[in-house]
Amino acid sequence: MPFGYVSPEQQMRDKADYARKGIARGRSVVVLQYEDGILFVAPNPSRALHKISEIYDKIGFAAVGRYNEFEALRLGGIRYADINGYTYARDDVTARGLANLYAQNLGQIFTESLKPFEVEIVVAEVGDTADEDHIYRLTFDGSVFDEAGLVAMGGQADAVAGRLKERYRDGLPLAEALDAALFALTEPGGERPPAGQLEVAVLDRNRPHRKFLRLNGPRLERLLAETPSAAPAPETPETGASQEARTAPEGDIDTGSGG
Amino acid sequence: MVNHIFTDTGSSSFTEFVRSHAPDLLPGRNETLASPVGDQIPHATTIVAATCAGGVVIAGDRRATSGNIISQRDMEKVFRTDDHSGMGIAGAASTGIELARLYQVELEHYEKREGRTLSVKGKANRLATMIRGNLPMAMQGLVVVPLFVAYDPDAEGGRIFSYDVGGGPYEQRHHHAIGSGSIFARGALKKLYREGASPEDTVLTAVHALYDAADDDSATGGPDLIRRIWPVVAVITADGFHRLSDEEVAGYVQTVVDTRTNLPDGPTAPLR
Repeated sequence: MPFGYVSPEQQMRDKADYARKGIARGRSVVVLQYEDGILFVAPNPSRALHKISEIYDKIGFAAVGRYNEFEALRLGGIRYADINGYTYARDDVTARGLANLYAQNLGQIFTESLKPFEVEIVVAEVGDTADEDHIYRLTFDGSVFDEAGLVAMGGQADAVAGRLKERYRDGLPLAEALDAALFALTEPGGERPPAGQLEVAVLDRNRPHRKFLRLNGPRLERLLAETPSAAPAPETPETGASQEARTAPEGDIDTGSGG
Repeated sequence: MVNHIFTDTGSSSFTEFVRSHAPDLLPGRNETLASPVGDQIPHATTIVAATCAGGVVIAGDRRATSGNIISQRDMEKVFRTDDHSGMGIAGAASTGIELARLYQVELEHYEKREGRTLSVKGKANRLATMIRGNLPMAMQGLVVVPLFVAYDPDAEGGRIFSYDVGGGPYEQRHHHAIGSGSIFARGALKKLYREGASPEDTVLTAVHALYDAADDDSATGGPDLIRRIWPVVAVITADGFHRLSDEEVAGYVQTVVDTRTNLPDGPTAPLR
């Protein structure tokens, strides 16, 4: 059936709405700084299909949305990191370079393809000190947001981010950081997911060689046992986050690096 | 560049990706050299390996030679390739270092993409393919052969693989040595190796074997007591790859030197 003229603005808006809806269907992922580095937590019943992954020595990756799309981004990221580390030196691979690559790729797909990628990703790099940690969030249109302290993405990202800010403080020990993440990911009054339903990993600045470590099995069980009980004992909330963790900007499309 | 990285994600081999993406980064390009290079470039010499209780020990001397010249006194020839494997190189030093770097990335690349590590056999076979790829260069004097060791969780012990310029792998039982001093090191290993010995005793055996290699082969460096340069020694067990610190190795070297002060040819093996 024939249809008339659709303005570029309308096309972009439709694409953005489509992508946003796709992302909102998935469950959230949270990434936050803790005492020794960066913690990634995702409710994920699958043991094989990861939402969280190692990219390089100090760089980790987390994503929400369509699995096949963010998996392609993950594999490309590993290639980018490995070839740059091999061409130059391992220290020359940075999250900033990777975030730029993803931004270019996502931006190009958003403008040129009929269907945009329905993904949102985080690229995080652990530094020698907390001040040198970097967390970049990238949206489906290639916008990059330099996040401080914590980020939540996926379905109900605003609500999750709000709950995370209640519990988040700078320099939390690992068990407390995990507790904050689980508090944020659980609906008020809801049941916390057990260890088997969680995907948890850290970038630990104290590890040699490769800083990324998946926490699963008995190690995760022990850590969950150490978390302060779910009974709310909120500290005075010091929001270490200087920005609101929002999903992509509402309304008009912002394809620049907003935020 | 960008598109290339994101497309064609069929293979988990880093080497195959580099071959299509940036082939000039790979060692073993098939250019014909004007004349074969031989003694002009530094060569690495002796590597020894021996299995121990729950793992494997690998050690290498520190000398690199160009003909009759000692080109480096503190060369590193033993590399960590991943958490549970390592390799030592003998032959053309530059090619060997390049090969080790590429192989490290190859293993890690596979592990990150697939979410699992290769089996020990898979790791050994992968290295064989890379050595075979270097054959044209080997024919022109850039010979390099590795000695590959790994901890095998299924066997709960260490495994040793050797190679020749055409590839391999050849799995070795108990112990092996490569390089110009290996003839003498193998003799020493035969007499000193004890099956199921502790990692500590096996390290001592390896240091003795290297001492014997240096004793009879001019291209292998003995422990340099003046400059305090010791062999590189690593132990691989279920806990991972552990390279001994200089202080640790110094202790073993001192034991060996003390023994040899009284017995220049080292410990004697019982006849019956």
